[in-house]
Amino acid sequence: MKPDMSVNLAGIMLRNPVMTASGTFGYGEEFAEYVNLESIGAFVTKGLSLKPRAGNPTPRIVETPGGMLNAIGLQNVGIDAFIAKKVPFLRNVNTPAIANFFGNTVDEYAELARRLDEIPEVAGLEVNISCPNVKQGGIVFGTDPGCAASVVSACRAATKKPLIVKLSPNVTDVVVMARACEDAGADSLSLINTLTGMAIDLGRRRPVLANITGGFSGPAIKPIALRMVWQVAKAVKVPIIGIGGIMNATDALEFILAGATAVQVGTASFINPGAAQQIAGEMEAWLLANGVADIKSLIGALEV
Amino acid sequence: MQFTSMILSNAEVSPGYWRMRMTAPQQFASATPGQFVMVRVSGAIDPLLRRPFGIFDVGVHAPVQSGAVPQPYFEMLYRVVGKGTAMLSALHETDVLDILGPLGTGFNLGSPDEEKLIVGGGVGLAPLYLLARELVKRSPVRLFAGGRTRDDILCITEFERLGVECYTATEDGSLGECGLVTEALLRRLDVLKGRATIYACGPHGMLNAVAATAEARKIPCQVSLEGYMACGVGACLGCVAPGRGHSAETPDFRCVCTEGPVFESNELKWRD
Repeated sequence: MKPDMSVNLAGIMLRNPVMTASGTFGYGEEFAEYVNLESIGAFVTKGLSLKPRAGNPTPRIVETPGGMLNAIGLQNVGIDAFIAKKVPFLRNVNTPAIANFFGNTVDEYAELARRLDEIPEVAGLEVNISCPNVKQGGIVFGTDPGCAASVVSACRAATKKPLIVKLSPNVTDVVVMARACEDAGADSLSLINTLTGMAIDLGRRRPVLANITGGFSGPAIKPIALRMVWQVAKAVKVPIIGIGGIMNATDALEFILAGATAVQVGTASFINPGAAQQIAGEMEAWLLANGVADIKSLIGALEV
Repeated sequence: MQFTSMILSNAEVSPGYWRMRMTAPQQFASATPGQFVMVRVSGAIDPLLRRPFGIFDVGVHAPVQSGAVPQPYFEMLYRVVGKGTAMLSALHETDVLDILGPLGTGFNLGSPDEEKLIVGGGVGLAPLYLLARELVKRSPVRLFAGGRTRDDILCITEFERLGVECYTATEDGSLGECGLVTEALLRRLDVLKGRATIYACGPHGMLNAVAATAEARKIPCQVSLEGYMACGVGACLGCVAPGRGHSAETPDFRCVCTEGPVFESNELKWRD
């Protein structure tokens, strides 16, 4: 019998726990040629701001062993162009689309939450309080529990849709941040965003990235992400989305054992645009092969 | 499209430069000059990302035996610059690679009743051969190939075989003229009668100089850009290039992988 792969993510029903991570899947349509969008649980769109953003100068990307650094700088079309040009595509896709967004001030966060709340095609909101690549793109809000709580409260008041808060790993204690966001009204927590890192070109004696530092992602960060998901899962009641270096079904299932209700596939989609669909298929095959009837029975089932 | 490709040949054509021929599906025949592929060099996680390569040529192997199916193929011309390309150069016939492509927006072949001036620097010749192959069907074509030394001047014989008139320039004078390839281009432009279009691919400094020349002489010019990219499909936004009107207040970044890699040079912002 086919295993039950569905999960309930804070009221968003996912056909399976595999989502795509913001900033790695465009607005969905870029991948329509490579992925059956109706084979994955949900997809998260590129982070939106009130006004369009240029992003950082290039080079914006560099590869390091087992991972990559990016400093895109939250380049995006802005909320108006999102509504005019990107939302119509979402209308015909029978998969929840979650809009990721960020602001420079608490008021901007709340305004975006209000605008996104009005869009029927948006199933849920993911608040980015954790981008490491812009001065006010969230990291201020993502590293101080008081600031994080004020952003989440303001967004909470502005939307009735499920509210996911994406946490930064660039903190001393991620559990403190997670609790602050849960107490402020988050329906779900997604973690981790990228780790701040850098790469140096020895010959030129310069940083490789124009932004000097960038966000580190890819399989190299998985052990850190797993640890943080496990810590947070023990500390909060809201469902968790595990993110960090997921390349295959084994990685995804490890996050679920650690306590994640769903996972987001990020860097893997760059390498293999069909990664999320493949991972969902392989997870189902693993459950079948291992006699697991329901994926929900694996959530937090880690034996320690 | 994404497909598994088998290597048919992989040979060093000049010190540090390699030419690889690989199988392709039937639909790959739709590839146009200037498009590129993203190649996964290994299934492991180092190197992690795909590498972008211009499509040097496409073709079909006629079957040797009667009844055998013709085999479409494509070729890449690449320079060994790092770990990924070093691993690529170590692969052999019958090894397989995971390919994404053809990707991007290629060259506009323009009007036939004008001279076509192709400028290539080093491995920048990679996407220009397929272009020349198409252009010679309709127009007179001249190639200006430059490099530091003679080792950087690639596959000139192939261009000559197409009927392209070739000029070469090297910075050390080891082949052709001593100096920059743009000087040879300028001399041609001085005696040019009638209209022309310039097509260029190579190091950024060369493209900058060619774009400035094209602007000064009011000649249409298309350039093929390189960019650090992770995905090749417009998602990572790593490979962007600033458009002509770009500023911090009026952002205008173009995606090299989808809107390019070929752009009209006057669409882009160049160094002053």
